[in-house]
Amino acid sequence: MTAVAILTMITTMGIVTGFAVYFFFKVLSTPPKKDGEE
Amino acid sequence: MSSSKEAWGSRVGLVLAMAGNAVGLGNFLRFPVQAINNGGGAFIIPYLVSFLLMGIPLLWIEWSMGRFGGKSGNHSTPYILDSMAKARWFKYFGVFGIWTNLAVAAYYCYIESWTMSYVMHSIGRTFDGMTQIQVADFFRQYVDITVTTTGIPYEAVIFYILCLFLNTWILSRGLSGGVERTAKIGMPLLILFGIFLAIRGLTLGTSGASEAHPDANAWAGINFLWEPQFDSLWNPKVWLAAAGQIFFTLSVGMGTIHCYAAYVKAKDDVALNAMSAGWMNEFVEVVLGSLIVIPIAAGYLGLNWVKENAGFGMAFQTMPFLFENWGPFLATLAGVFWFGLLFFAGITSSLAMGTPWMGFMEDEFKWGRKKSAWSFGFIVLVLGLPTVFLFNYGVFDEYDYWAGTVSLVIFALAESVLFAWVFGIDKGWKELTTGADMKVPDFYKFVIKYVTPVFLLFVFIGSVFSPLNGDWTGALSSLMNGQGWALDNGSIIRQLFNSGLREQIAAATDPLQKATLEERLAYIEGARILLSAVFLGICYLVYLAYRKRKLEGRPA
Repeated sequence: MTAVAILTMITTMGIVTGFAVYFFFKVLSTPPKKDGEE
Repeated sequence: MSSSKEAWGSRVGLVLAMAGNAVGLGNFLRFPVQAINNGGGAFIIPYLVSFLLMGIPLLWIEWSMGRFGGKSGNHSTPYILDSMAKARWFKYFGVFGIWTNLAVAAYYCYIESWTMSYVMHSIGRTFDGMTQIQVADFFRQYVDITVTTTGIPYEAVIFYILCLFLNTWILSRGLSGGVERTAKIGMPLLILFGIFLAIRGLTLGTSGASEAHPDANAWAGINFLWEPQFDSLWNPKVWLAAAGQIFFTLSVGMGTIHCYAAYVKAKDDVALNAMSAGWMNEFVEVVLGSLIVIPIAAGYLGLNWVKENAGFGMAFQTMPFLFENWGPFLATLAGVFWFGLLFFAGITSSLAMGTPWMGFMEDEFKWGRKKSAWSFGFIVLVLGLPTVFLFNYGVFDEYDYWAGTVSLVIFALAESVLFAWVFGIDKGWKELTTGADMKVPDFYKFVIKYVTPVFLLFVFIGSVFSPLNGDWTGALSSLMNGQGWALDNGSIIRQLFNSGLREQIAAATDPLQKATLEERLAYIEGARILLSAVFLGICYLVYLAYRKRKLEGRPA
């Protein structure tokens, strides 16, 4: 594999995995809203 | 307030169900092929730009519209759209959000049924000792329902009915007890199976080279997929392909997201949930989708073979043969994992397709959940059997083109204009940010109002006037030179008139070939009439719902 292909792949996969994990973790760690709370 | 008894059991369940709705067969089969055909690693640039400027805004629009409609007891697109606009006719645009799902489910369940059948064949070691050609022939015989591959007569039909029955049964168990539970089991398993196969793809290297394919190298496949060809970025075809892929992969423009989001509580978040489900889909597509089919095929058959044969059919016509190189135990395991993965990807999407119809019938005609679910199953069966029996006559492709491609763009364009310009961006923005568990970047207000509708308009125009072989530069220079604009057979205009097929008929000299083509045209036109009849039937139901609401004194 060429260096540019490896770099493109790792950067793209890193960005996508990072956002997927970050947002899912945020969903898991945000406490549910109480009634009347916005 | 909503009269529906349906509700999501948990936030994680909702996000997994939404992600499952988006993750489909295309994540593993369509994305890598699109990337290879459109600039390799450079494809990811227009792909991610389309995701940021069209995909994320549409996700937010659809989630917000859905929750807004749900507040007034509307769980399907006709009356969700109606509740957002003064013009009464907007509800008829919402018909797309039911029709698309019925039509797509009809052929989608057929592909899903292949995966069920292939799991069984993997366990039964059907492909043991078969050559690549024999594995490919097995698939051709499977879809030619007059030939039996295992002694079971009409195996394809039986598996289709079984698959549809399973979908309907799960839907009849309700949102929390059926759809959400399936997503909670299916999504983790899908990711687990995908990781196993991706690791195999990533570590295969040159170990699969053989006398027949001495140059086989999995890394060459990955390299070809990720090596950027930056000159392709100037080609509009690549941008349209990237935008099209974002459409298919996120399941936007279908009406399913609205329906799922309509069951979210009025004060609960939609912004973060949408981002989580959307990025989860991107993880499955970009990370897992790129590391399975192409590397494994290149690892055993070589890069040249992949370049010549990359396509949807590889999943069924090639992968079972490649798995056989791993010995009986691993071949069985890989077959179960691969087709199991595709099955879970498929069923979590097809279940979503059932909910808009169910939501509509429950809201408007007070049907029970079971009655709504079984009626969905019945309609899909009637619509789907022609795709099974006439698969080789282009009926399947006809459904896919109009319901699975054109309809999505039309509906997405209409809803983005409705949300930003008719409902109003200020009200829309308030709807999106109410209860949000994340800060929505302010510049998305501008993107949703201007960029997304214009982006969608370009995609639509690009589909209507697709130039011959996707050669935009050649078509533009031809137009400038006064030589006209040669349309591709895949353009909406030529598809509408079946121009390509009619030209083939006119050019055919062999009477048998001519008769076969004419038969094909008749079936395609028959399929079109059937799809149109269903669309008009749903329009009539919406009209009946309107009359009923007027009589009952409800907002109509």
